[in-house]
This record gives sequence, C-alpha cells and structure tokens, in this order.
Amino acid sequence: MCTVCGCADTPRFEGAVKEKLPFGHVDAGKGQGHSHDHPHHDHGHPHGHDHHHDHAQGHHHGPDHHHYGTGAAGVSVPGLTQARLIEVETSILSKNDALAQGNRRVLKALQVLALNLVSSPGSGKTTLLCETIKALGDAPLAVIEGDQQTSADADRIRQTGARAIQINTGKGCHLDAHMVGHAIDNLALAPQSYLFIENVGNLVCPAAFDLGEDAKVAILSVTEGEDKPLKYPDMFTAAQVAILNKLDLAPHTDADLAAYEANLLRVNPGLTIFRLSARTGEGMAAWLDWLRGRLADKRVQR
Amino acid sequence: MHEMSLAEGIRQIVIDQARAYGFARVKSLRLEIGRFAGVEKPALEFAFDVVMRGSPAEGAALEMLDLPGRARCFDCMKLVEIDDRLDPCPLCGSGKLLPEGGDEMRIKDMEVI
Repeated sequence: MCTVCGCADTPRFEGAVKEKLPFGHVDAGKGQGHSHDHPHHDHGHPHGHDHHHDHAQGHHHGPDHHHYGTGAAGVSVPGLTQARLIEVETSILSKNDALAQGNRRVLKALQVLALNLVSSPGSGKTTLLCETIKALGDAPLAVIEGDQQTSADADRIRQTGARAIQINTGKGCHLDAHMVGHAIDNLALAPQSYLFIENVGNLVCPAAFDLGEDAKVAILSVTEGEDKPLKYPDMFTAAQVAILNKLDLAPHTDADLAAYEANLLRVNPGLTIFRLSARTGEGMAAWLDWLRGRLADKRVQR
Repeated sequence: MHEMSLAEGIRQIVIDQARAYGFARVKSLRLEIGRFAGVEKPALEFAFDVVMRGSPAEGAALEMLDLPGRARCFDCMKLVEIDDRLDPCPLCGSGKLLPEGGDEMRIKDMEVI
C-alpha cells in the first residue's frame, strides 16, 4: 500500500485451510483481543475507539482524553455545532499495532518463537529457511511466506516437509499484522514450536509493521555492499538479529566482512550478528544454537 | 515509505472517531511525525488528499509537526538529540547511538464540526 512502491491490493492466501478464508474469519482469539475489521464491508458493530499508545517511547496518558469545549465558543453545548478540538493522540499504525499485540498474545500462550525474516529480494532468505528447517530436524515449526505473487517459496518450504502458508500481497510491499493473524489461525501452531515469517523482500516498508513477532531477523548477503546497513538504517534498527549470508561467496568478491559488521553495529549497536553460508552450512551452528536458546527462553517466560 | 498505508490508517481512525463522537467533518488535522519515522511528507500529503475522499476528513487541512530524534549514546550513556540516525553523539563524538525516540507517527488532534 505504498504510494512510493504503489501497492493497495487485498492479499491472497494460498495453502490455508480452504474454509471461507480469509474473509469468513471467525475470531479464534476470543478474549485475546484479536478482532478484525474488514476493510470491504461495514459490519456495523460499535467500535471502541482504539487508543493505543506507544509506551515503549515513554509516552504515558490516562485513558481516552477527548477534550470538549475548546472550540471557538469556549464551551460545549449539546446540540449546538461548533468547531471543536479532539485530542486524538493515537498512533497512525495503532490498528496494526493492536492486531500485532493480539498475535503476540496468541503466540505467547503457545510458547511459540516467532521470527520475522526481512531482507532485500535475493539475499537468500528462502534457502536459509530451508536449510534451517532441515537442520532443526523434528522440532515442530511452521512457515508464513510473504510474496507479491506466486507460491514458489511456500512450495520450496513444503518440500522440506514443513507446513507453510503463502500470502500473496498483490501489490503490497509488506506483510501486516492482519494478514499474519489470519495465517496463524489457519496454521494451528503446535505449542513450543517455531514460526518463521518470511516477509516480502523489501528493506524499507516491513520495518514499520509489527506482526507480533519476537524479533526481526535482517538478512544481508555479502554481495550486497558493505554500506547497505547505512543506506537502509530503518530496517537494521528495527531488527534484533542480522545474518550475513552467502559467506561462501566472500572470497570471490571484494567483500569486507569487518566493514559489514561495523556498519551494522553503527546503525544498531544492539544487533546480534551471525556470519554464515546457508549453502555450505558454514556458521549455521551458531544460528541454530541461538534459535534453540530463544525457544527455550519462551518456556521459561511462561 | 508506505504513505498510502499511513493515510489508510488515518482514515480509519477518523471514521472511528466520527462514529464515537458524532461529528460530520474534520476541518484540520495535526500529525506528529518523528524525525526517524521514515515518512516522506510530500508523499503523505498527496496520499492524504486522495485517501480522505468520501470520509469526514475530505478536504481537511493537514499539518505535520516534527518530533525530534533522540538516541542513547553507548559511550557516554547520555540521551541526546540528533537530526539523522547516523549522526555522531553531539557530546562525545561516539558513533554508537541507539535511537530511543523519533519514530512516532501519530494523530495529535483534529478540529471537527
């Protein structure tokens, strides 16, 4: 839905359970705040006014404050119209953020480790995912694949034996929490499992859209240029983990691995960085250990 | 970035507010946009005009207020204001800064009739 990259379509789901998806969605997250508003028809149910704040930014408020009587007349007289000021103080992405929190509650209850894989197109996300799935062996996991078109990636994932749902965003440049919520409902996730969400290949837009994941994992291949983290700082700031992939190609290029890492840390000093090659398996062990450790943490958090 | 999505978000909030508080039209609307929010203001202005058509905010004046970019310096541990994500710490010159604010995108208030 970008003016810049020009998206606005309704996403298509593929690989989901074939009942009335996505629009006949019955709220599986009862009591979990996972309500869905459908953009195309008005169901006419009364809306509580969303009033979600970004508390991470230390922005505290009492509940709704809508101030009346601040118009030209200085008072609010029922039945009389006058210009009045409503203090909204609502994040523009509050709807997405609320849906993401709903997803997060569902995932937390199941002790699922959810990772949002983000990168430019062609960084090797799907290959990394396939190899990770194979290496994790019997561990229960599921995959949500986001692409503008085709189910090619979900097909590749299914060849590993893993369950995958493909979301086609049409012209959309990112997955949002609403799409992922539907996919989660249809995946019937196992407790204590991994959920890998492979976002649309795009280093810009997915940065702003919380899906309810535990962490964003940004993947960067050694052929992309050392300055990429500096060119696209938003994504690398939003991520907790960065993977420097295609390490096997590094000797054939002028890639300066130390410069990659320095630039990543300059944008986000808190990043955990893994150097690996999904193709040869070099460096995969540390990434797999990290995954297993994070999944174990979910059990403790309970 | 994704200004059309942002405009859609604004439209939804306007419609919810109009329903809850019974107003017909938004005269003006003020947004607070952090320096690091990645919002391209001219693109959002354009998207706003297009997306608000047929909503209570059609034709509303849009004003965008800048919020400063704030970051924590990992070396001197101070909270500083910077203009760009990649600026060095203005106090100690360190390049290790972690943004702690400035990615806000919110509707501050609106004048309604």
